[in-house]
Amino acid sequence: MSLDFNDETFRGDFTYRNSARAIKRFPFPFPEDSYMYSVNMEPHVPGPVGSVFEHMFDVDEHYVSEMRDRAQVLADDPLRCQSLPHMELAGWDLLELIMESKARDYPHWFSLHRDGNQWHWINRPLQIEQRFTFMDASTLPCGPMEYITRQTQGDFTLQDQRDDDLWIEAGMVTTQADWSLDFDIGMSFKQWHAPVPLAHQAGIFDRALKFLLKLQHGAPVRRFNWTMTVDPLLDTSPENYPKWGPSKTTMTPETVGRRQHLRVELQTLHRLPRSNAIAFPIRCYLISFQDLVTVPKWARRMHRVVRDIPDELATYKGFIRNKALMLDYLAPFDDGLPTSPGFAPE
Amino acid sequence: MSVGAPKIPVVVAEVIEVNALIKRFRFVRRDGLAMPVFSGGAHVVVEMDDHGTRRMNPYSLMSAPGDTSGYEISVRRDEAGRGGSLYMHNHVRAGMEMVLSQPVNLFPLDARAKKHLLIAGGIGITPFVAQMAQLEAMGGRFELHYSVRSPALGAYVDHLRGRYGARVHVYHDAFDEKIDLANLLKTQPLGTHVYVCGPKGMIAWVHATARAMGWPDRAVHSEEFLAPPVGLAFDVSLAASGKTITVQPNQSLLEAIEAAGVDAPYLCRGGACGQCETDVLRCEGHIEHNDHWLSDDQKASHTKIMPCVSRFRGAGLVLDR
Ligand code: HEM
Ligand code: FES
Repeated sequence: MSLDFNDETFRGDFTYRNSARAIKRFPFPFPEDSYMYSVNMEPHVPGPVGSVFEHMFDVDEHYVSEMRDRAQVLADDPLRCQSLPHMELAGWDLLELIMESKARDYPHWFSLHRDGNQWHWINRPLQIEQRFTFMDASTLPCGPMEYITRQTQGDFTLQDQRDDDLWIEAGMVTTQADWSLDFDIGMSFKQWHAPVPLAHQAGIFDRALKFLLKLQHGAPVRRFNWTMTVDPLLDTSPENYPKWGPSKTTMTPETVGRRQHLRVELQTLHRLPRSNAIAFPIRCYLISFQDLVTVPKWARRMHRVVRDIPDELATYKGFIRNKALMLDYLAPFDDGLPTSPGFAPE
Repeated sequence: MSVGAPKIPVVVAEVIEVNALIKRFRFVRRDGLAMPVFSGGAHVVVEMDDHGTRRMNPYSLMSAPGDTSGYEISVRRDEAGRGGSLYMHNHVRAGMEMVLSQPVNLFPLDARAKKHLLIAGGIGITPFVAQMAQLEAMGGRFELHYSVRSPALGAYVDHLRGRYGARVHVYHDAFDEKIDLANLLKTQPLGTHVYVCGPKGMIAWVHATARAMGWPDRAVHSEEFLAPPVGLAFDVSLAASGKTITVQPNQSLLEAIEAAGVDAPYLCRGGACGQCETDVLRCEGHIEHNDHWLSDDQKASHTKIMPCVSRFRGAGLVLDR
């Protein structure tokens, strides 16, 4: 594996690590010392050089290992990738969006040559070279969405838009925070969000849906979501809950700093041009508590967020059981000093 | 209501008189980039500077959705309309520079349909021209029923017959030819979706006939063109910063506040997130609430405004900003 990418695992011996650079650019998701659901969407415009917002799709040091983990999840359970027949066009839209973006943003790693519908794609980190006919699935080894998302970090869902609603009808979902594509496929926006506490009553999904129905091509938006994960496990799926759920019961004061991870999802929403569908990439970043507390502002704020979070959210996010353990670890890093507003370190 | 999508700078490449009422305009980009591909049924908003009045009219795209070399629209001359079509007919010439919005689709094909039954009246043909090109390219099954006043006013009939042959059915008012809708709907295969674009009366007729025959509403689609309101300039006082500003027709209130150097919160710039909510201290007039954020009660009380999308008409508006 080249110097650009880590050789690491997200299961078994869990050798996943963040370099100093990865810690520095970690997308800490809390703009203030407390957390509640909100319609937290903003334009997905390029951010500072080196940040996870610099490019449309962030490719980082975990890329190659994450793709290896995805291949393993799919080999064990092919239903993690599904596309209803009418979503193939949206799959081509997504393939084009990702290939164009990566070739533009990372020309040393990715190239795309287009000659009419004859396309030539080179992915150097994964050592893939593919000539194919755009819009002719028989010229790819698998469907277009599966093809490109096997080469792109983060989960992906594709939503068809009709009858003033969004319908989740295709996806590649192997790095999810405890939800199942196989269960949700075919549902509408409020149906698949049904398990979320408090947010429906607060009108968050009504407003978010109205906004998304008007989302324009060329004007993607982004938002953060977050949860807590014990050990750097990408595949926290309901399908595999018996395998990973019990890990929550074996954390100790000695291991919490190393094993407890803040799991941040950078979610973006893109209107797709040919299909009029919406693509929803869900990019997962993991950071251990012991790495997180190396940034004083993050340590103070993380303590306050966990301390003050409503029980409904801590329960839904699945960490209420270990909340006391987490607070005991974080409290010594909170000296009570005020924090500055916004995401950036002090 | 743009959410920050970049505009498309174009030059008019061609103006073609299709018949006595309709002109076709072809636009190509000024910046040398490719036009975005789009989905059949999409429209663009054409920005016009009509001798000082700013007009923003939506027109369906009728060029092939995959053709990135240019966009084409057709405009029917409407003597009674707000003036956009007259401006297009009387003043727009090849070589003129104009600005288009990104394509937006409020009339998409239902991708699950087994067959698409397209019903057009007059200028309502335009979205179907793009949709048929898309369906043909993807091997989709469709049939067009197109009602026109007379052969002379049957825009694109020859072109469409040439391309799609027997799938194109044309009806002339002048010869008393009528679409036999009841029979047509009765003989469609299961999984057919119906699309109608044309005069109001035709849309209502298709919906009512289909409903009476037991078609689910979700299988009957129509183009609803909600033309964006013509933006008028208005003045606003910003109490906290002690400034009075003028919001230009082509600006949002939020943009005008920002242009005056006053920091204002925002996130979505699309009326959904609530971030830009601002207290109204005095309102002598009417706030045009265009957001999804405020409740109906809040809107009626005129005590809050969402500057990213909402506007004002009247004698005076004072905001706590
Ligand atoms: C169209 C794209 C979207 C998809 C496919 C999607 C999907 C999901 C899914 C599958 C869940 C987990 C539900 C469960 O427990 O089973 C979820 C949770 C959630 N979603 Fe979305 N979502 C989308 C857009 C949004 C947007 C725009 C918002 C904005 C406000 C939002 C807010 C939330 C919240 C607050 C939660 C709870 C998360 C937590 O506490 O961990 N979602 N979403
Ligand atoms: S900026 Fe989001 S509602 Fe105005």
